Amino acid sequence: MTLELIAFLVLAAASIVSAILMITRRNPVSSALYLVLNFFIIAVLYLFLKAQFIAIIQITVYAGAIMVLFLFVIMLLNLGEDKLQRWTFNSGKSIAVLVGIALIVEVLYFVLNFTSKSAMSANAGSIGTVEAIGKVLYQGYLFPFEMTSLLLLAAIVGAIFLAKRKTSEESAGD
Amino acid sequence: MIPLSYYIGLSAVLFVIGVVGVLTLRNAIVIFMSVELMLNSVNLSLVAFSAYSGNPAGQVLVFFVIAVAAAESAVGLAIIIAIFRNKLTVNIDEVNVLKW
Repeated sequence: MTLELIAFLVLAAASIVSAILMITRRNPVSSALYLVLNFFIIAVLYLFLKAQFIAIIQITVYAGAIMVLFLFVIMLLNLGEDKLQRWTFNSGKSIAVLVGIALIVEVLYFVLNFTSKSAMSANAGSIGTVEAIGKVLYQGYLFPFEMTSLLLLAAIVGAIFLAKRKTSEESAGD
Repeated sequence: MIPLSYYIGLSAVLFVIGVVGVLTLRNAIVIFMSVELMLNSVNLSLVAFSAYSGNPAGQVLVFFVIAVAAAESAVGLAIIIAIFRNKLTVNIDEVNVLKW
């Protein structure tokens, strides 16, 4: 067992534990912080796969921007520890957990019996850099890239429209 | 050397934890976080396939997935704020206007 494999197994166990803690916490803020921890661990796994650009994007966009947005909303809505997340095992939840366990067993059975490549591709070190990703992105995927900017603009406008307080309706309601 | 199947197995386990979170939780915000976890697990498998096959297209796809996830979470959280303003709750059991 090499050092690399041991490090991978430790990180994998840590990410699974943080994900389970994320869905079992009752306080939404601790859920969000465990999810940030999980994102950081996955960023380290990206570095194992020699994908530096994706690792940095993961930390800045996911762990930075998106999770801070989540924390803002949790604190804006002032959701404390409440009855929302109490783990009462009614029949629906037990069925959900059983389906999840069945799915894990099924997927792991096929994945671990599958003869996969045991080593990374020889050029794996050169495709994950910012330069290589940028070349592929701006040569082969230029149109989808520009469409992404349009999508983000639509998302900004939509978010502002949805979250805006409608002043005329508000005064009519009062 | 880590076999490719280990990455795919970890990705599958994280995905199923996200599925169980979506099915069991009642807080809309934490359900959204579970969806983000599922997106992340798929990103992990895409990057693993990309590195093991030597094709950078997988990592470009992950870039697009992250951009779409950012847009999705912005709109989703705006919807949650709008629901909270009307019903003063984010418990999805109490948000059942569209439910038969």
